[in-house]
Amino acid sequence: MTQMNMLQAINNALDTAMAANERVLCFGEDVGIFGGVFRATSNLQQKYGKARCFNTPLVEQGIVGFANGLAAQGSVPVAEIQFADYIFPAFDQIVNESAKFRYRSGSLFDVGGLTIRAPYGGGIAGGLYHSQSPEAYFAHTPGLKIVVPRNPHQAKGLLLGAIHDPNPTLFFEPKRLYRASVGEVPDEDYRLPLGEAEVIKEGTDITVLGWGAQMEVIEHAVERAEKEGISCEVIDLRTILPWDVETVAKSVLKTGRLVVTHEAPLTGGFAGEIAATIQERCFLYLESPIARVTGMDTPFPLVLEKEHLPNHLKVYEAIRSSVDF
Amino acid sequence: MTTTKSKVVYNPVFTDGAEFRIPTFKLLKQDGSLYKGAKAPELDKDKALRIYRAMVTTRILDERMLAAQRQGRLSFYMQCTGEEAAVIGSTAALDDADMIMAQYREQGALTYRGFSIDEFMNQLFGNELDYGKGRQMPVHYGSRKLNYMTISSPLATQIPQATGYAYGQKLAGEGHCTITYFGEGAASEGDFHAALNMAAVHRVPVIFLCRNNGYAISTPAAEQFAADGVAPRAYGYKMDVIRVDGNDILAVHEATKEARKLAVEHNRPVLIETMTYRLAAHSSSDDPSGYRSKDEEAVWREKDPILRMRLWLERKKWWSEDDEKQLQENMRREVLETMKRAQKRPPPALDTLVSDVYDEVPPGLAEQFDKLKAHIRRHPDEYPKTAEQAKGGA
Repeated sequence: MTQMNMLQAINNALDTAMAANERVLCFGEDVGIFGGVFRATSNLQQKYGKARCFNTPLVEQGIVGFANGLAAQGSVPVAEIQFADYIFPAFDQIVNESAKFRYRSGSLFDVGGLTIRAPYGGGIAGGLYHSQSPEAYFAHTPGLKIVVPRNPHQAKGLLLGAIHDPNPTLFFEPKRLYRASVGEVPDEDYRLPLGEAEVIKEGTDITVLGWGAQMEVIEHAVERAEKEGISCEVIDLRTILPWDVETVAKSVLKTGRLVVTHEAPLTGGFAGEIAATIQERCFLYLESPIARVTGMDTPFPLVLEKEHLPNHLKVYEAIRSSVDF
Repeated sequence: MTTTKSKVVYNPVFTDGAEFRIPTFKLLKQDGSLYKGAKAPELDKDKALRIYRAMVTTRILDERMLAAQRQGRLSFYMQCTGEEAAVIGSTAALDDADMIMAQYREQGALTYRGFSIDEFMNQLFGNELDYGKGRQMPVHYGSRKLNYMTISSPLATQIPQATGYAYGQKLAGEGHCTITYFGEGAASEGDFHAALNMAAVHRVPVIFLCRNNGYAISTPAAEQFAADGVAPRAYGYKMDVIRVDGNDILAVHEATKEARKLAVEHNRPVLIETMTYRLAAHSSSDDPSGYRSKDEEAVWREKDPILRMRLWLERKKWWSEDDEKQLQENMRREVLETMKRAQKRPPPALDTLVSDVYDEVPPGLAEQFDKLKAHIRRHPDEYPKTAEQAKGGA
C-alpha cells in the first residue's frame, strides 16, 4: 500500500499495465516527455521509450482513429484526450467506429483493447470548456463502456479493469479530485470489475446514487441528513454504461426512495435514464418521486460555478424533500 | 521552437506552390504497348494472369449484381467499374499479409486475394453465412483471413485507423504495412489530414491510395478542391507522393511496389493518387445522367483499364481470345449459380441481433432480448423469419 493522490494512482495504473504487457501504449497531446498537462503519464516515456509513450499532433479525431487502428491490430492503446470538453472532434471515431467495430464485422475484428482517458468534470474554475461531463452523449451508444472513478484506489483498479476489458472503454477522470483525493492504493496489479456499482454505505430510508466527484458531495450531504436521523444508502455507480440496474433496483426496493446526482445538465442527463428504469422496476415500492440533482441546463459557467453545480447542500435538500414527501 | 529552416527575406513574398507540379506516371498505352522509354516492369505471367482474372471477375460480378439489384433481388449495390486497375494493381503489389483498409468500392482487392464468389454473395444477401451476420448493407465486406478490414460506411474513418494499424505493425517488426483506399471526396474529411500528418510525424509504414475518380456522388473534383488534385497535399506533411494513371495496371503496380519499399524498409508513408474515373453510378441509388454527360463517360470508356491490360497480355502471348471467352463464361455461370444458392440460405439467427455489441451480452440487453422473444411469440405470423427461434427462452 502506498499513499497516492488520484493522478499518482492513474500514473501507477498505466505504469503497471505497460510493465505487464509491451503492447500497451500511451499517447495523446503532451503525453510524452512532459507527462501530460496534468502529469498523468509522467515518466512513462522515460521508462518505456518513445515508441510506447508519445506525443501526438493536436487532432483528437486522429488520436482516436489511430487508437482504433492500433486496437484492431491487437495493440492495447490507452489514448488521452486532454480534456473531455475536447473529445467531440473524435465523436465520429468513438460512436461510429470504436463502438460498432465488433458488431459490424460479426466479430471478425474488434477494438476491445481500446481505452480512452479524459480529465472530466467541473470544480476547477475551468469555465465552459474545461469543466464538462459528457458521459450521457456516449451512454447513448451501445458498444461502449463508460467508467468514472471516485478516489485513487478506485481509479487504479478501474483503469486497469478498463485496459484489460475486451471492449472499448471511455475512462473519465474527475480532475477536481486529481490532487484533492488522496488514499491508500495497493502497489500490485488489481482490477475492479466494470459494470458493477458499489454500495458504499448501507441505509434504510433513502438511496443516494452518483459517480466520480459527486460521491464526495454525496458524502457531505448524507452526513448532514444522518444527523437528522435519515438513514442513507449510498451507491457509486462506477460504470455508466452498461450500468448495474440490479444493485440500484435492489437498494430502492428496500429504501423506497432515490436521489440521483451528476454534474452534467438535467435534460438528457444520465439520471433521467436511471429514474426511468428504476420507476419501472420499483413503481409500487416508491414512497416519493425519484429526484435528480444535477447541473443546470446551461453551458458550464465560470464565476457562478458554485451556483450551477449540484453541491452537497442541494443534494441534502433533495434527500430532505424526498423523505418529507 | 519553430522548425523551419527557410531563408529570410525582407519583402513580403507569397508563393502559390505552382512550381510543385506533380507529373503522372504511365507505362501502358491503351493499345497494350508500352510508352516509348517506359521500362517494362517485373511482372511474371502467373501474377499478371492472377491480376487480370481478378479484374475480369470484379467487372462481371459488378455487372451481374447491379442487374440483380435492378431486378429487385438485392437492396443495394456499388460497382468498382473503371477503377479495377487502381485497386487491383495496388493490392497485387503488396504482400498478401499486408492489411487493407478500404472505403467501399474496392471489392477488386478482395477478388485478387481470393475472396470466393460465395463469400461475396453471402454478404450481399446477408444470409446466415455472412461474416458480418447480416448487419451491414451490401458491399460492406470483411475478411480476417485475407487481411481485409470490414468496411464501414462513414467516409475517411479508415484512414487514421490505417495509420494506427500500421504503427502497430511497425512495432511488431514483422515487415508488414497497411494500405488504405479512399476517394478524392473523402480526402476532404478531417480524418484524411489527421491520418497523413500523424503517419508522417511518426514514420508509419502506411500507403494512402486515393482513387481520384472524378466524382463524389455528383460533386465533380473541381468543386471538391481548388488544388491540382490530392497529391500536392503530401508536401505539406513532408510525405513521399506519386501520381499515377489509375487505368494503367502496370504503372499502378510498379508505383505501389516502390511505395511499399519506402513504407516497410524506410518507414516512410506514401500518398499515391491514382487518376481514374468512376464509370458506373456512385451506387445503385444514383443516376449520373443528372450531373455528367454521356460524351464524358464515353471518353473514359475508351480508356478501359481491363481492355488495356488484356491487349498487353495478348501482345505477350499470355492470353488469347479463347481464354477470354472461357473466363467470361465461367465467371458469369459461377456468379449466377452462387447467387441462387446465397439467396436461398436462411437469414442470420435471431440472437445475432444482440451478440457482438460487447464481448458478452450485458444483463440489460439480455432482458430486452427476452422481451423481444416474448413479443415475437405473441405475434408469430408477423415475424416469419424468426418466430421459430423465439420459441425457446423465458
